[in-house]
Amino acid sequence: MAKKFHPTPNLDQLESGPWPSFVTGLKRLAKDKDYVVDLLGHLEHSYKTRKGYWKGGTVGVIGYGGGVIPRFSEIKNEKNEPVFPDAAELHTLRIMPPGGMHYDTKTLRQFCDIWEKHGTGLIAFHGQSGDIMFQGCTSENVQKAFDEINEMGFDMGGAGPSVRTSMSCVGAARCEQSCYDEARALRSVVNSTLDDLHRPALPYKFKFKFSGCPNDCMNSIQRSDMAIIGTWRDNIRTDEALARKWFAKHGVTELVNDVIARCPTKAIQLKDKAKVGKGASISSVAVSDSQALEIENKDCVRCMHCINVMTGALATGTDKGATILVGGKRTLKIGDLMGTVVVPFFRLKTDEDYDKLVELGKSIIDFFAENALEHERTGEMIERIGLVNFLEGLDLDVDPAMVSAPRTNPYVRMDGWDEEVAKINAKKAAA
Amino acid sequence: MAQAQIRRAIESGVPDHIPYLHPKLAKNYGNWKYHDRPRPGVLHHVSHSGDEVWTVRAGTQRQMDVFTIRKLCDIADQFAEGRVRFTIRSNIEFMVSNEAKVVPLIAELGRHGFPVGGTGNSISMIAHTQGWLHCDIPGTDASGVVKALMDELHEEFIREEMPNRVHLSTSCCEINCGGQADIAIIVQHTKPPVINHELVANVCERPTVVARCPVAAIRPAMVNGKPSLEVDEIKCVCCGACYPPCPPMQINDPEHSKIAIWVGGKNANARSKPQFMKMVAAGLPNNAPRWPEVAEVVKRILRVYKNDARPWERIADWIDRIGWPRFFEKTELPFTKYLIDDWKGARANLNASTHIRF
Repeated sequence: MAKKFHPTPNLDQLESGPWPSFVTGLKRLAKDKDYVVDLLGHLEHSYKTRKGYWKGGTVGVIGYGGGVIPRFSEIKNEKNEPVFPDAAELHTLRIMPPGGMHYDTKTLRQFCDIWEKHGTGLIAFHGQSGDIMFQGCTSENVQKAFDEINEMGFDMGGAGPSVRTSMSCVGAARCEQSCYDEARALRSVVNSTLDDLHRPALPYKFKFKFSGCPNDCMNSIQRSDMAIIGTWRDNIRTDEALARKWFAKHGVTELVNDVIARCPTKAIQLKDKAKVGKGASISSVAVSDSQALEIENKDCVRCMHCINVMTGALATGTDKGATILVGGKRTLKIGDLMGTVVVPFFRLKTDEDYDKLVELGKSIIDFFAENALEHERTGEMIERIGLVNFLEGLDLDVDPAMVSAPRTNPYVRMDGWDEEVAKINAKKAAA
Repeated sequence: MAQAQIRRAIESGVPDHIPYLHPKLAKNYGNWKYHDRPRPGVLHHVSHSGDEVWTVRAGTQRQMDVFTIRKLCDIADQFAEGRVRFTIRSNIEFMVSNEAKVVPLIAELGRHGFPVGGTGNSISMIAHTQGWLHCDIPGTDASGVVKALMDELHEEFIREEMPNRVHLSTSCCEINCGGQADIAIIVQHTKPPVINHELVANVCERPTVVARCPVAAIRPAMVNGKPSLEVDEIKCVCCGACYPPCPPMQINDPEHSKIAIWVGGKNANARSKPQFMKMVAAGLPNNAPRWPEVAEVVKRILRVYKNDARPWERIADWIDRIGWPRFFEKTELPFTKYLIDDWKGARANLNASTHIRF
């Protein structure tokens, strides 16, 4: 039995309604823990005054420079003592999950036991970077809790100017649209940068994210420094039985309005079955005895829409890999940046391909470490130095797939033009 | 000096995911053929091998007490061969090998208060951040906003009746950890930081703070004989970027830290290219514990979108078709001068054409 609860008239209002309530969860924990009684009081004070009251500090585990998010209460009385003394320290441990966030219940129960013993008993699945967030423990217990979690085979995530914890989609484990082994790529790449992850010494944070197809379920293009987004080079695959099944259920109106008309590059046409084209870059599939879909794959930008609508009837190709985009981040401080293409197609099939991806990730981090200013992300660095300098620094070939349009202004020094043309021709001849 | 044995961390990194996979997922890894959705909240995946697996998705409160997690484990042990996974939006997924277990599993989740849904064209769980519970710079509480809103949107979570999927996010400051979304709820400060000059010299690395400002509004100054910082309040855009490196520059204010609503963020490449979200409403009060004014605007946008968009149009696709004037007209949101971009790259957001829908 814990001490008496503080009154929480604001938080109490978050216990009603159909959605699961974190307040109810906290109250259940508070029955046994003075720590959580005071945490509830602390949070209620924020609700009442509409302000936050945690300040950072320095708390860590032996051997690592980051991964613990230290929090000390700033709600103090006139003697400068914490008003909620049992919750005066509320540090969080960021722990890296397996790619795809799969768990067995034995592991989850062990997490619960450890955090019930050393912390508040509150665990978030997951933080926005993808960490398991063990929320709330004292300075004294940080090392103890980490040691037990670490013994289970789990390791600290990133914080500060470091490589951060990464995420991959469910991907190959349960999605037909997967274009590579996302979780394997994540583990290979991140585990080759652990020194930069655990000991923050980069100009600023660096995030990798791994999405298995252009639906980009990990939001990698908008919030990672290096986005690895699955794609394919060959033709869309088709399955006539599933196409006919889809058509029988949805009919021609939906086929035209929801599939064909929504193709961004008009690569799909509805054809008389007898008149379907036969070229090497054409995919086709009958939807009925008289009509068929015809896709010109040279025009297709792999947007995924038709495949999303007619899953299985249409499917990603088999010459698979990823498009690599660099530089995504939110506003601060030069404005929002999408990741942009630096490798249009990176094959991901063989062990050697995955090794090359690891090498590319390491090279980009090295370039970032050497060239970015303090508190500058990759996208801001590229904005400052220009994409071409970045590509040349990494020995990546320029490609028209990297731009939405060529230059629209003449303000560039171009006396190296002939040399560049000669280089490209030489490369072509050698290929 | 006697010292306890120091344990060095085992720098094992990201654990191998394979041992944690549901057996059907492990067996058919990389070999899935297609999926369909027999009912909201349930995915049915079919492998090229002929194997089938059903996934039941349920919403959670994201930050869970150990009792909730153990309950979810009990359910997984009973129905899902002791395996679960989480989605990026903190939904939990139970994989089931036998279709007959789907309905009892849903019933069991319902019995314990976990809403089943979040699949297909539903409104999924709101991606969110820490807020007052744990963050050091929050303007609001994330978990509370999310709980209050998901209570209101619950019916759209358990159904699949929207034109396309709807992703929401909340963020407690303009850093926007919640990320891009179809609709995002983000704190927007409206007054410059209030500086405690007594503390700046001791707490803040002043050159770092000066460098952090996106509009160069901060400069070093002596105040009351102490080295401190001052803000050019005319230049200041109230972004709060100075507050994390310098906590004595308090940006949060119970009255003047407002909430803004953004729409049309889209990560997927499906149909149009990925798009950033755009601010469409601001000045909403930070009205804990249930933020009714925010809920009203979000629900209004969702209602108009649901009635007006065509099948498969995300909010961004819908606005691309109807145009911004009609978006503001239909949602009855005021289009003020503050919504005209004037930051770097702003000209790309101006209408350089005569394409106007009358």
